[in-house]
Amino acid sequence: MDFSVDERGYYGKFGGAYIPEMLYPNVEELRQKYLDIIYEPSFQEELDELLRDYVGRPTPLYYAKRLSEKFNTKIYLKREDLAHTGAHKINNTVGQILLAKRLGKKRIIAETGAGQHGVATATVCALAGLECIVYMGQIDTERQKPNVARMKLLGAKVIPVTSGSQTLKDATNEAIRDWISNPEDTHYIIGSVVGPHPYPDMVARFQAVISAEVRQQLLYKEGTEFPNYVVACVGGGSNAAGAFYHYLNEPAVNLVAVEAAGHGVNSGLSAATSVLGSLGIIHGSKTLLMQTEDGQIVEPHSISAGLDYPGIGPMHAHLYDSGRAKFYAITDEEAMQGVVLCSRMEGIIPAIESAHAIAALHYMQLKPDDVVVLNLSGRGDKDLQTIINYLDEHDVQ
Amino acid sequence: MMYNKIAQLFKNQPGRSLNVYFTAGFPELESTTTILQTLQEAGADLVEIGMPYSDPLADGPTIQQSNTVALNNGMSIKKLFEQLNNVRDTVTLPIILMGYLNPVLQFGFENFCREAARVGVDGLIIPDMPLVEYEEEYQAIFEKYNLSAIFLITPQTSEDRIRKIDDLTNAFIYMVSTASTTGNTVAGTDNQLAYFERIKQMNLKNPKLIGFGISDKKSFDLACRYAEGAIIGSAFIKVIQQPTGLQENIRDFIYLIKSGEEIFS
Repeated sequence: MDFSVDERGYYGKFGGAYIPEMLYPNVEELRQKYLDIIYEPSFQEELDELLRDYVGRPTPLYYAKRLSEKFNTKIYLKREDLAHTGAHKINNTVGQILLAKRLGKKRIIAETGAGQHGVATATVCALAGLECIVYMGQIDTERQKPNVARMKLLGAKVIPVTSGSQTLKDATNEAIRDWISNPEDTHYIIGSVVGPHPYPDMVARFQAVISAEVRQQLLYKEGTEFPNYVVACVGGGSNAAGAFYHYLNEPAVNLVAVEAAGHGVNSGLSAATSVLGSLGIIHGSKTLLMQTEDGQIVEPHSISAGLDYPGIGPMHAHLYDSGRAKFYAITDEEAMQGVVLCSRMEGIIPAIESAHAIAALHYMQLKPDDVVVLNLSGRGDKDLQTIINYLDEHDVQ
Repeated sequence: MMYNKIAQLFKNQPGRSLNVYFTAGFPELESTTTILQTLQEAGADLVEIGMPYSDPLADGPTIQQSNTVALNNGMSIKKLFEQLNNVRDTVTLPIILMGYLNPVLQFGFENFCREAARVGVDGLIIPDMPLVEYEEEYQAIFEKYNLSAIFLITPQTSEDRIRKIDDLTNAFIYMVSTASTTGNTVAGTDNQLAYFERIKQMNLKNPKLIGFGISDKKSFDLACRYAEGAIIGSAFIKVIQQPTGLQENIRDFIYLIKSGEEIFS
């Protein structure tokens, strides 16, 4: 089975471009041009240089000695937290800003949940000198205050979204509405592997730098390009798409996707889409999403703003449906224990999103010789207040 | 093609057709039939019933809010079909259902079309149904149940695509007045008038109705200079959300839009 996207933007039965006519010309322009532009030698050269000198790539592949001892296996952390702006999100925004400039766009819009994608977008807009508008759910602007301040400092206009659940889903709706109203001069930098084709494929290609580096780094460290497991958290799924990308068609490598169970998968407060979701359409693609019997989208819940999304990207829906990837659901509490574990055993404070992946190690049947690559997608500084509040409330020493 | 009320309307009345949008289940769960009957008495020419959705991407705040209220009232596609069961006993206006694809898919696409046809619906507007998917998967089902598919065009839609849409429909073309979601105002700028004129000169086989931003007699009259009529949505939602006098408010609003001298004559 091939896990790449087909010409019309489908991964198996998931994907496509379910958009109103108002967006058709924009999305069609992108679809026709994106591959030619991003594989042009001058584009690649400019992108590589920025990734190296601005983003700080390659990010290290770090052998986590104490975590490895604890889980009695070999654990490598792919240190996306060390990328400029503190998360993997910058890989995609650097690529898309170069694309937007080549498309002649003057104005950039984005949506953000945790704020990492918003910060990454504001950063590349400053770099490119383009106007930047970031839509963010009102609730997220409160729980991710440092990132709101960063975006403003970088010159972006942050628009709090008060419709619906006031989180990532609604921020995405508002960004789409902005794009409908500004079809000619505006490029929408989607932050995850969601949205109408070609976004899921385009974002995955920009994030694929993660697995490309892992293969080289692992060859040097372990004498093989192929780990036994690649583990990553999934909200929309961009860091997982990047970590999985060059292993999709390598069946010996087990792909592990970790979703946010919130208060528990069956608690009514969860974002575990693979378990709770069914086939439907969200934000322009056919994928798995959390919905009622009547097809109304259900509000998700996760303590991590970045995983608080009722769908997953169509590539991940296909990986789940076909059994190619194994999915785990980690509760808020387990994730917070993951934050503490990683902080105290490795001296690395992970983003709460990434801590879901760490917590999943408890559930995996790992052998001493197994090589596990865990994508540490972002750093936890932005979550410090949430973490402190949680630890105080739950009396964690 | 079998008898279709939409085609018949434009044959009998080649201009100034007023299509009114309202959200099913708004302002009250059981308002649907009252609103339909009052619109017919008041002189609307077509009606577009919105099936509420949690995430209506192409709509502005007024319609989104009406969708939220309707869902909180308990509205669903199943409920709407129950309400429309005997609608053809009293309402002869062409009826169009408008809604996003996901709830329709969850109902079952063919089930949905069968039920729509059974209660006497004439056409469907599903703004996020891609043309290519329509041709490959859904067109045969639309035709089987004698439902017209109505597509949107915008100022950015290419001529080739407009021609293709003109071939694929047999009802009317929904001309989105400007790049925006619903609920803004038609400004009548030079660009906009040039777009209206350009489409008029294409001599499409289907009539055109202009929508998005039509809110009063002035904008309705403007639209009617370039197209066979217009669609009013958000402005009508504001009328029916008034706490009292639902039927009277509807009659007054339709009267103001349709009657009297044209401002642009």
